[in-house]
Amino acid sequence: MSVVTGGDAPPKVAYFNDPKVRSWAVQIALVVVVAYFAWQIFNNTVENLREANIASGYGFLDTTAGFDLSFTLIPYTESSTYGRAVMVGILNTLLVAVCGIIATTIIGFIIGVMRLSKNWLVAKVAEVYIEIMRNVPLLIQILIWYKVVLAALPSPRNALSVGGTVFLSNRGVTIPKFIWGEGSWMIVVGLVLAIAGIWWLYRWARARQAATGEQFPVFLTSLGMLIGLPLLGYLLAGGPLSFEFPEQGNFNLRGGVGLVPEFAALFAALTIYTAAFIGEIVRAGILAVNKGQTEASYALGLRPGPALRLVVIPQAMRVIIPPLASQYLNLTKNSSLAVAIGYPDLVAAGGTVLNQSGQAVEIISIWMAVYLTFSLVTSLFMNWFNSRMRLVER
Amino acid sequence: MKRTLLSLALGAAVSVAGISAASAGTLDDVKSKGFIQCGVSQGLIGFSNPDDKNNWTGLDVDFCRAVAAAVFGDGEKVKFTPLSAKERFTALQSGEIDILSRNTTWTMGRDTSLGLVFAGVTYYDGQGFMVKKALGVDSALKLDGASVCTQTGTTTELNLADYFRANNMKYEVVAFEKSDEVIGAYDAGRCDVFTTDQSGLYAERLKLKNPDENVVLPEIISKEPLGPVVRQGDDAWFNVVKWTYFALLNAEELGVNKGNVDDMIANSTNPEVRRLLGVEGDFGKGIGLENDWAAKAIKATGNYGEIFEANVGPNTPLKIARGINALWNKGGIQYAPPVR
Ligand SMILES: N[C@@H](CCC(=O)N[C@@H](CS)C(=O)NCC(=O)O)C(=O)O
Repeated sequence: MSVVTGGDAPPKVAYFNDPKVRSWAVQIALVVVVAYFAWQIFNNTVENLREANIASGYGFLDTTAGFDLSFTLIPYTESSTYGRAVMVGILNTLLVAVCGIIATTIIGFIIGVMRLSKNWLVAKVAEVYIEIMRNVPLLIQILIWYKVVLAALPSPRNALSVGGTVFLSNRGVTIPKFIWGEGSWMIVVGLVLAIAGIWWLYRWARARQAATGEQFPVFLTSLGMLIGLPLLGYLLAGGPLSFEFPEQGNFNLRGGVGLVPEFAALFAALTIYTAAFIGEIVRAGILAVNKGQTEASYALGLRPGPALRLVVIPQAMRVIIPPLASQYLNLTKNSSLAVAIGYPDLVAAGGTVLNQSGQAVEIISIWMAVYLTFSLVTSLFMNWFNSRMRLVER
Repeated sequence: MKRTLLSLALGAAVSVAGISAASAGTLDDVKSKGFIQCGVSQGLIGFSNPDDKNNWTGLDVDFCRAVAAAVFGDGEKVKFTPLSAKERFTALQSGEIDILSRNTTWTMGRDTSLGLVFAGVTYYDGQGFMVKKALGVDSALKLDGASVCTQTGTTTELNLADYFRANNMKYEVVAFEKSDEVIGAYDAGRCDVFTTDQSGLYAERLKLKNPDENVVLPEIISKEPLGPVVRQGDDAWFNVVKWTYFALLNAEELGVNKGNVDDMIANSTNPEVRRLLGVEGDFGKGIGLENDWAAKAIKATGNYGEIFEANVGPNTPLKIARGINALWNKGGIQYAPPVR
C-alpha cells in the first residue's frame, strides 16, 4: 500500500477495490463472526443449564465441601468450602511444580553435561538415562514410582527411623514439627540478614573481581552466613525452638509433619522424566557454542570446569532458555496426571468439587484460568530471564 | 495435559449443547437408533462387570437389558459405556448415554440440582468398612488415626468425612478416581481401611490378593439407595425406565418368571397378571410401547428376584442375602405400585 504524497492526485479506484477499505472490511467481518459465535456459545450454555435446572455461577464455591483431602498446605477440613478445596488443589499443584522445576533443572543440567563428557562410561550412562526416560510414557513412570514407593517401604508399624526423629514408611516421610517459642522472630531476622548479606557479598565480590581480578570464596562464606546468622538469633533468643516428635499411633504415626508417598512418586516421576528432555536441551545448547570458544578459554589458561561455567554455559544459555521454558510449562501441566495416584492437585481436587457440586462449566473454567496463569507467569519470567542472558553486544 | 483439558472443555461444550438435543425425547431417539446406550461401572462384580469377551453381567446390566427388551423386545439391543464415579453424571447430562445404571446412590442433591432424576431403587445398600484381619480391629469406632482408601466423586467420601467427624476421630483419606486404583492401593498397604457400599466391599474383596485376610466391619454408616438415573424433563423415557423396574417387582410378587411367562400369557386368569403382561388393558399405549412390553422384559432377564439371585444372591460369589431387598410382603422394602 503506497501513500502518495505531493503533486499528482492518487489514481481513482472504486472504494470497494481500495485495499485499505477491503482489509478493514475483512477484519471487521471476522470480528463480528467470532463475537457472534462466542455469544451464541455463551447464550446457549446459560440457556441449556437453566433448562436442565443446573445452577450456574461461582456462588457454589462458598458451600461446604463435605469431603476431606489427603494432603493440604493450608488448614482444610470437611467443613471447609469448595473454594478452599480448589485452593488446596492450586497450592498442591504449585508445590509439586515448583519443587519439580528446581530439581529437574539441576538433574537436567548434570545429565546434559554428562552426555558430553569425554569419559565413555559417564556419557553412556547419561545417554541410556535419556533414552529410557523420555521414551516411557510419563503416566506409566508415575504408576511405577508409586508402586515402588509403596512396595519398597515398610508399614507404619515397622517404619524405618533415623534416630527416632525421621520416619519413613509406605504412608510417607514424617519429620519432627517445629514449635516456635517466644523470641523466634530473632531466627527469622537472622535468616533475612543472611540472605541480604549474601546478595551484597555476591555483588561486591563480582565488582572486585572485575576491577582487580582477585577472587573471593563466595560460596563458602554464603553458606557460613546462611547457617551462622539464624543460629546466632537462636542462641540470642535463648533457644526458643522445640520439636514435636512423631510417635507410633494405632495405625499411623502421630504428630510431626508428613509428606505423603503420592507426592514423592509424582515429584520423582515428573523430575526424572523432564530432566531427560532438559538434558538434551542443555547438550544442544552447549554444542551450539563454537568450539573455538572452548579452545580460546583453554588457551587463556582456564581449566575445563571454569571454562564450561564461565565461557560456554553463559553463551549456551540463550539457546537453552526458550526450550527450557516449554519444559517448565510441560512439567506444570503434566502434574495433573497426579489424579492417577490420588495426589490432590488442582485437577484431582477440582474434579472432586466438580463431581460433588455438579458445576462442570465453572470448574473447567477455573482449571483453564489457573493453568493459563501458571503458564503465562512462567513464560513472562523466562522471557525476562532470557533477555537478561542475551549476549551483550558491544 | 493440554489434551485432557481440551477434551474436557470440548466435553463441557458438547454436554451443554447435548442437553438441548437430548430433550427432543430419549424414547424416540432410542427407537430410531435401535439400541439403548447404558452407562455402567468399570467393573464391579455382581453389578456391572465385563468378561474377557466384553460380555457384561450384573444386576445393573440386567436392568438395562430389561429396559431394552421392553422397548425392542430384545434384551441384547443395548450398548454399555463403562464410567468412573466421577464421569458418570456428565455422561448422562451430555446425552452420551440414555440411562445411568451404575450403583449410583439416590441423594437429594443429585436428584434436584444435576438436571437428572432417579427412576427407582434397584438395590438398597449402605456404606461399610473393610480392614485387614491382622490389624485386629472389630469395630469402625476403633479406626481413630487410620488411613482410608476410597473413590472420588462418590457419596462414600462424603459419608466417611461425616462419620469420622461425628465420632470425633482423626483419619487420613486417600482418594482415587478408579476403583482398581483404590483396591490396588489398599492391597499394597497404603491404607488400613477400604470403604465403599457394602455390596461393593464384597465385590471388591474378590479382587484382593488374599480375600480371606480381610474382614468387613459390622457398622453400616449410611443409606445408599442405588438406582437407575435418567435426564430430567424427559417424562416419556423416565416412565419407561421407572415402570420397567416396577414391572420386574410386580412380576416377582405375582409369581411371573422367565420360565412361566409364556404360559402365564396364555393361561393366567389372574387379572393383575393379565394386565401386567398386556393381555388385558392397553397400558402399553400410555408409556409409548407395545402392550406386551413387560412380558418382553421378563422374558429377557427374569423378574427382580431372578435378577438378584443370578447376580448377587447366595449362589453367586458375592453371597448376598435378600435382606431389605426382599419384596415388601417378604420382609423387605421393595414395593411397586400396581398396574391398573
Ligand atoms: N454408591 C456410591 C458409590 C458407588 C461407587 O462408585 N462404588 C465403587 C466401589 S469401589 C464402584 O462401583 N467402582 C466401580 C468403578 O468405578 O468402576 C455413589 O453413588 O456415589
